[in-house]
Amino acid sequence: MSEEVLLRVNGASKSFGGVKAVNNVSFELFKGEILGVIGPNGSGKTTLVNLITGFIKKDSGRVFFKNKDITKLPPHKIADLGIARTFQIMRPYHSLPAYKNLIVPLYSPRVKRASGGKLGDRDAVAIDLLEEIGFERDAYVPYKLASSLPLGYLKRLELARCLALRPEIIMCDEVFSGLSMAEIASTVPIMERLQMDGITLIMIEHRLRELFRLTNRVIVMNFGEKIADGIPEEVMEDKKVKEAYLGTEVI
Amino acid sequence: MESKARRKERLDRGIKVRTEGIYAVSSLREITYLLLPRLVLILGLLIIPLVLPSMYWQRLICMMGIFALLALAFDFLAHYVGIVCLGGALFIGLGGYIAGILNSSYGLPPVLTIPIATLGGALISTLLLLPCLPVRGIYFAIVSLMYPLMLSRIIEALGLFGSTDGLAGLATFPNIWVDQYIIIVMVLIALFALRRLTSEDFGLVLRGIKDNDQAVKASGMSITWYKAQAVFIASVIGCFGGAYLTHLYGWVGLSLFGLDFSILPIAASVLGGIGTLVGPVLGAFILIPLSEMLRALGPLRIVFYCLILVGFIVFKPEGLMNYFQRKYHQFEHWIEV
Repeated sequence: MSEEVLLRVNGASKSFGGVKAVNNVSFELFKGEILGVIGPNGSGKTTLVNLITGFIKKDSGRVFFKNKDITKLPPHKIADLGIARTFQIMRPYHSLPAYKNLIVPLYSPRVKRASGGKLGDRDAVAIDLLEEIGFERDAYVPYKLASSLPLGYLKRLELARCLALRPEIIMCDEVFSGLSMAEIASTVPIMERLQMDGITLIMIEHRLRELFRLTNRVIVMNFGEKIADGIPEEVMEDKKVKEAYLGTEVI
Repeated sequence: MESKARRKERLDRGIKVRTEGIYAVSSLREITYLLLPRLVLILGLLIIPLVLPSMYWQRLICMMGIFALLALAFDFLAHYVGIVCLGGALFIGLGGYIAGILNSSYGLPPVLTIPIATLGGALISTLLLLPCLPVRGIYFAIVSLMYPLMLSRIIEALGLFGSTDGLAGLATFPNIWVDQYIIIVMVLIALFALRRLTSEDFGLVLRGIKDNDQAVKASGMSITWYKAQAVFIASVIGCFGGAYLTHLYGWVGLSLFGLDFSILPIAASVLGGIGTLVGPVLGAFILIPLSEMLRALGPLRIVFYCLILVGFIVFKPEGLMNYFQRKYHQFEHWIEV
């Protein structure tokens, strides 16, 4: 892990009516790391991702990617720079077969630039990518309609859709939620391999045990504010974090 | 006499490999099975003018073709891009007026006016509809319905282009056979071009926008740009219909902005089967003659027309073509085992 700052968020804020969904959050993302973002339900984790990727307009605050200000860019421009994201609520292109789902990112300007316009057969690239991420080629799973895939495959399809973009950062919004223990066990190595391939990851997660296996830095959020930032063991001993997860009276 | 065990097997077994759209064709019979419906369609459309040679039918065939084009454009936008477009009248009106003005003011022949009106009209339509492309929902439908009303009122109020009388005495096609075959060939071209387009990578992006536009944005592509291209393709088809209509009658007028051009294509698509592309063409070739034949009923015409449509939507909501396709795939034959 290098000390190069890839993404810098400065005082991002967003209110929905009277609710401060994200309140003055700042953090830095270092190249090559896996950063965990945890916090109770409704603490603003997904909104934070939406703010960074431009899907929701920020009230205030700025975002820098490689020291370039990307605060005001529209979502597709931000994705074009190499910041991919998964969606918590999965909606694949359900009328298309699984491998055709990857054609959309493979057709994007970013991939065209990266491959010098010569990608060859996109279908073949898509199927290879799916196999890499755990779709059994021999069982014809890549050819099945996305609407007929079970949850575990949909989560991986979502990841593959990000990977197809050849991103520098992937923001994973709860990729483990809803998966069985066996499915999680097979997904963890995939995340490790992504990190080894040089992709920087932000993982929003409720499954702390699996998350802490992967990451060595977490941010804790509560009521829209960042309340802790550091290595998992220290963060979980923090008084404010315990309060956020367990309530004040217990302690 | 020895008896052989036999069982039924579906004709497309072996052709369709467990998946969507991947075919493994291995024999002449299987090729025939795949090609037959396409041949029937192409030959059927080409033969229609020959079997219905009366003057009355010839005019009707031309109108059927125009509505088939509009229905194709509607179906393409609705099912493959997720845009509900009621802009049929806008496309016909713009295409028609541009062709008419070029012909009457500058004396250009139809060979030039039709291509210019087709592309120019499509460009103007796309620019007019551009503001409502980024938003999802019903807004596009409303705006596309409003523009033709607005444009026809502008022409009427400012007394432009012959105002309510329109422009008459424009160039027409040399004879009735040219009339009919221009439009029929265009319907076939538009149909097969759109079918190809929707399975190309570009078409997959459009279908992706319909299924989940957020994910397309997250893939680094501007959905507005892709939707604009789709609207342009649809308006090219529609504006050609308008320019053709102008030279068919040698006249343009405010009726080109009529609501029929927006509404009937939807009815044709529903009747023929949304999302099949062939269905809407079939729907147009049924609905337009039906509406003419019901003329004998006088004022009750619209009542029967509506009843037929309502009946269809209630009892066969999938539409004719989806039904036929399913039945065709279920054909079985006996094989020895």
